[in-house]
Amino acid sequence: MRNAFIKTLTEVAEKNKNIFFITGDLGYSVIEDFQAQFPNQFLNAGVAEQNMTGIAAGLASTGKTVFTYSIGNFPTLRCLEQIRSDVCYHNHNVKIVAVGGGFHYGALASTHHPTEDLAILRSLPNMTVIAPNDPIEASLATKAVIKKRGPCYLRLSMSKRIHQTPPDFKIGKAITVREGNDISMITTGGMLEPAIEAAEFLSKENINVEVISMHTIKPIDKETILKTAQKTNAVVTIEEHTILGGLGGAVAEILMENMSKRIIFQRIGVNDTFAKKIGSRDFLRKEYGLTPETIVERVKSLLSNK
Amino acid sequence: MHTKEKNYQEQAKKIRGYVLKMVYQGQSAHAGSNLSAVDIIAVLYKNILNIDPKNPEWEDRDRFIMSKGHGAAVVYAALALKGFFPMSWLDTYYQDDGKLAGHVTKLNVPGIELSTGSLGHGLPFACGVALAGKRDKKKYRTFVIVSDGEMDEGSNWEAFLFAPYHKLDNLIVILDYNKIQSLAPVKDTLDLEPVADKLKAFGWTVKEIDGHNHTEIESALTPIPVKKGKPLFVIAHTIKGKGVSFMENTVAWHYKNMDEKLLEQAFNELNIKKEDFGL
Repeated sequence: MRNAFIKTLTEVAEKNKNIFFITGDLGYSVIEDFQAQFPNQFLNAGVAEQNMTGIAAGLASTGKTVFTYSIGNFPTLRCLEQIRSDVCYHNHNVKIVAVGGGFHYGALASTHHPTEDLAILRSLPNMTVIAPNDPIEASLATKAVIKKRGPCYLRLSMSKRIHQTPPDFKIGKAITVREGNDISMITTGGMLEPAIEAAEFLSKENINVEVISMHTIKPIDKETILKTAQKTNAVVTIEEHTILGGLGGAVAEILMENMSKRIIFQRIGVNDTFAKKIGSRDFLRKEYGLTPETIVERVKSLLSNK
Repeated sequence: MHTKEKNYQEQAKKIRGYVLKMVYQGQSAHAGSNLSAVDIIAVLYKNILNIDPKNPEWEDRDRFIMSKGHGAAVVYAALALKGFFPMSWLDTYYQDDGKLAGHVTKLNVPGIELSTGSLGHGLPFACGVALAGKRDKKKYRTFVIVSDGEMDEGSNWEAFLFAPYHKLDNLIVILDYNKIQSLAPVKDTLDLEPVADKLKAFGWTVKEIDGHNHTEIESALTPIPVKKGKPLFVIAHTIKGKGVSFMENTVAWHYKNMDEKLLEQAFNELNIKKEDFGL
């Protein structure tokens, strides 16, 4: 997704001289072309995320569309108050990009795992939060955040390409990737891929799954959530993120406040823990129940109570 | 006395009067922190900043950022006197549904560049503004006042490293060095000394002045850049609570409020009349 992001940004920056890209000294083998092509629109702020975010707000105050870029929790949690006060409070046009959402940097361990970022960033007023599900969405999301004025958080992860043709991408509008009547899987941040695999497996057992890409966590697409819940009466959210306050939390809020009938609901994600084992992303996904197989298990046991 | 110096003194007196009025009416903290910055603010707004109250968002304006956001009353008083908004707004400082908050707050207040209050935010922001000026070949300058307690914040030191490396000679930081922070003197909290040597070692041009001497303030800030390719760091030695004997050099007046009697005394010491300030 990061390659899709930087490719799109490079295309846009050619025409739009207001685009300004700041890295916190990360992006080896990704950002070099941008830097070479647009030196006047590029800055390496060094390993100093608080200053980077303050600088971004300052640049944005003069009319620029500023991207800050780093990995893991560095462009978000390390400088959270700069994001809150200098960016969000002033509604400055700053786009925060984090690479490596979830367990992407597996064996580098928990310091490098953004697994609470969606919940935290979602709580900030004026902030838009987007976690694309595949490289196509990442590219479309990049264009969309440039068009949208104000603070945005773009959380990039890794996924194979899911959408064969570019979907109609709108901030705050979910994409229904697969229709079904028995249960809805609402996914974000690269979890569409295992969800689809799980859905395909379940279809062989005559369980028809509706799979939704909820690329935007804030503003959340209330309409699609309620529509699918009305249809299937069973909803699971799937995110490579704590189950507290992220996608699962956002969907639960909508369902609790709006559904008059009882539906089955479960959040699949990281269960309020740091990664306590060492290993690759695939290993950690297995360990914390985020593989197609574990999703299938969870769905089957959930539906047996329906 | 030189006319210019007389003007500065008049301006500083007015600002002090309004600051006292505001903190008294609002029963707010930070009287001492505001008074230590009055003379610097008076010179900045009278003669240094290239700004236009009729066009506060003018894109080529000089930017002034009060990073010590608790020094809000002094900035509001200077902005009102400059004509950015009606003097009557000062009466709403710290009041319910007022126009002016207890920290420097931009919410619909013309002339404020950045809402501050949490320390260590102004300088990184100013680096961004100054960098934009350089990249876009603009002539404007960016001025920041930081407090001495605020120098504890690591974000400032990230910016101290950044600005000289990027040759931001359009950036000016003024340290309001009144030597007292929230709970105790600076030297008994996290000593800054030798602060001049530290900033020089980081690559800044450093000047040291009496922060209550208008001539020294003005000459430290003219012309900019002092040295091509280098940002300027002005150490302004100040007195917390300057001008009011019972506030001067005390830790307590970072937070304390005046009653009517003390207000009377403060105005008498400054040789100004309460009535002239609508009190």
